[in-house]
Amino acid sequence: MLNFAVIGQSLRMALQNIRANRMRSFLTMLGIIIGVGAVIGLVTIVEAVSGELMGEFSDLGAGTISIQTYQSIMKYGLTDKDLEVLRNVEGVEGLSPTVSLTTSSVVGKEVYEETNVEGKNTLYFEHNSNIILSGRAFNEQDMSGDAYVCIVDQSYVKNALLGKQVLGGQILLHGYRYTIIGIYKKSDNMMSMMSDDSTLAGTILVPYKNALNMTGNGVVNSLEVYVEDKADMTKVEERLRATMKNLYNENEDFFAVYNFSSLMDMVDSATSMMSGLLGGIASISLLVGGIGIMNMMLVSVSERTKEIGLRKALGATPGRIQIQFMIESIVLSLVGGFIGICLGEGIAVIAAKLMQTKFVLSGSAILLGFGFSAAVGIIFGWMPAKRASELNPIDALRAE
Amino acid sequence: MELGEEILKMEGITKEYEMGEETSVVLKGIDLSVRRGEFLAVLGPSGSGKSTLMNIIGCLDVPTNGDYWLHGKLIADEDETELARIRSKEVGFIFQSFHLLQRQTAFQNVELPLIYANMSDKERRERAEEMLIKVGLEDRMYHYPNQLSGGQQQRVAIARAIATNPTILLADEPTGALDQKTGAQVMGLFHELNDEGRTIIMITHDAKIASHASRIVRILDGNISEGGLEDA
Ligand SMILES: Nc1ncnc2c1ncn2[C@@H]1O[C@H](COP(=O)(O)OP(=O)(O)OP(=O)(O)O)[C@@H](O)[C@H]1O
Ligand SMILES: [Mg+2]
Repeated sequence: MLNFAVIGQSLRMALQNIRANRMRSFLTMLGIIIGVGAVIGLVTIVEAVSGELMGEFSDLGAGTISIQTYQSIMKYGLTDKDLEVLRNVEGVEGLSPTVSLTTSSVVGKEVYEETNVEGKNTLYFEHNSNIILSGRAFNEQDMSGDAYVCIVDQSYVKNALLGKQVLGGQILLHGYRYTIIGIYKKSDNMMSMMSDDSTLAGTILVPYKNALNMTGNGVVNSLEVYVEDKADMTKVEERLRATMKNLYNENEDFFAVYNFSSLMDMVDSATSMMSGLLGGIASISLLVGGIGIMNMMLVSVSERTKEIGLRKALGATPGRIQIQFMIESIVLSLVGGFIGICLGEGIAVIAAKLMQTKFVLSGSAILLGFGFSAAVGIIFGWMPAKRASELNPIDALRAE
Repeated sequence: MELGEEILKMEGITKEYEMGEETSVVLKGIDLSVRRGEFLAVLGPSGSGKSTLMNIIGCLDVPTNGDYWLHGKLIADEDETELARIRSKEVGFIFQSFHLLQRQTAFQNVELPLIYANMSDKERRERAEEMLIKVGLEDRMYHYPNQLSGGQQQRVAIARAIATNPTILLADEPTGALDQKTGAQVMGLFHELNDEGRTIIMITHDAKIASHASRIVRILDGNISEGGLEDA
């Protein structure tokens, strides 16, 4: 029968024993500590990285196919006419070409040498409705080519417009005065985090045609294709690829067509493969840790044979003896698991710092760590505890 | 002192140990009957089988042959759980070498049998305290065994043995490790316990200590014989 005094006393004794044999207990727990620590650390890192990638990809949008072109001698990029052809591909809802350039911008008397300028159309904002923080997005009138309006990102506000009027303020770009109509949130994706932005003042969005005029060559090198809701992504992707091939005279070297949902699938499967691998490492190290605990418990049982005999003489049933030793092994592995979790989270914090990703405390990983170490304690403590409980009282009492 | 009913009965108890090829016979057919309230001394020289007999009486060991009844129940028929209950409730052991848990305080040592007897927390604490006061250790309750003298340790062992209020107190050389004065104190305590109606079986090789008992049996070479001090 279970009895809280027995459990309480066993817990107290277990902690006493761990403290009394600090070094031995620590070495015993090492397997669990390393196993749990490695798994927690790696799981947290993998989760953080894949979460980051997934977040980035879903920012870029599901239902979107990207087309990228590389300059060749024959063709600088996609012309208006090419875009028209692509827009008419079956299943395509619309296009959002991106024209980007780095140029200088002037606010008042200050000149900012390096400013990203990107041209966007209205469709882009329809598909990214949540990026406007204040002000408004471009509308159809802004697309005429002679509307000089712009939307700035937060870093441009911070670097160039601090203390100045933002909405309604003026920026000089390529000799034209642009009026600021909005502030938007630039998705801080990995690419931009890895590149060194320190000299960059920020990003300014202008109507697509205005940007095209700034580049001067009238071609687009990258665009996003929005696919109709009911259309089949892969089929549309195939058709787009075929169209591009056609535009590029059957030469596939100078363009790429890809969609983010297939990239997301790739990340997903890579993540689950990693998880499987980690699971393998985990089971091996926990097995090793468990054997360590079993060994220590067997030593403990034989060292304390006399104590076991005495407890039996004082009325302990075999069940009680077994519970006592089970609790000891569970405590031992839980303490190991706890240290391992701390270690793992420590690794994850450091890794997050190094990779400049956000540190996410993974509750499921912690639960998993505790669950696994408790299970190890139970499984590997069973046999030594059983052995202790089956000792003959008089033989045990006589043992030295 | 009025004696009660028979609480313990042994018939033809033998104990043999296989030692390789040879068999050593330690007990050679013990017949013994003990009644409630008796203070019995088992007297015999070293190696005569006294402790062996005590372990059988206390259900720590099993005889090779013979029958043993405790409270009218044949012990050979009982399972491990029932034997644990008997050790918990019916007999209290005082061992030849105190056998205290070294890493537990006097109080915790006395608490131990009460935990196994499923006593509630509050009752258990009160009882352990009461027992330690009874043996005169009220100011040593939270000392560890290595902080106690031999006599004090023996008294902790006595407090522990009587904590669950067992019907039989089994004491193996309770004064063996003590000087005369503390030995006499322990004997005083035994008289007190016996006067309260507890059955005491005390093992000793010392005739003077045995003389405290109301009845003496002798063990010699594994045989038992009834006998007073005058035969010593
Ligand atoms: N497990 C055992 N295996 C073999 N022989 C044993 C075992 N236990 C006890 N004996 C033998 O049984 C005999 C009686 O032992 P026991 O401990 O009962 O003696 P005792 O009368 O209590 O002696 P003492 O007064 O010295 O304590 C001894 O000769 C001892 O060697
Ligand atoms: Mg002896």
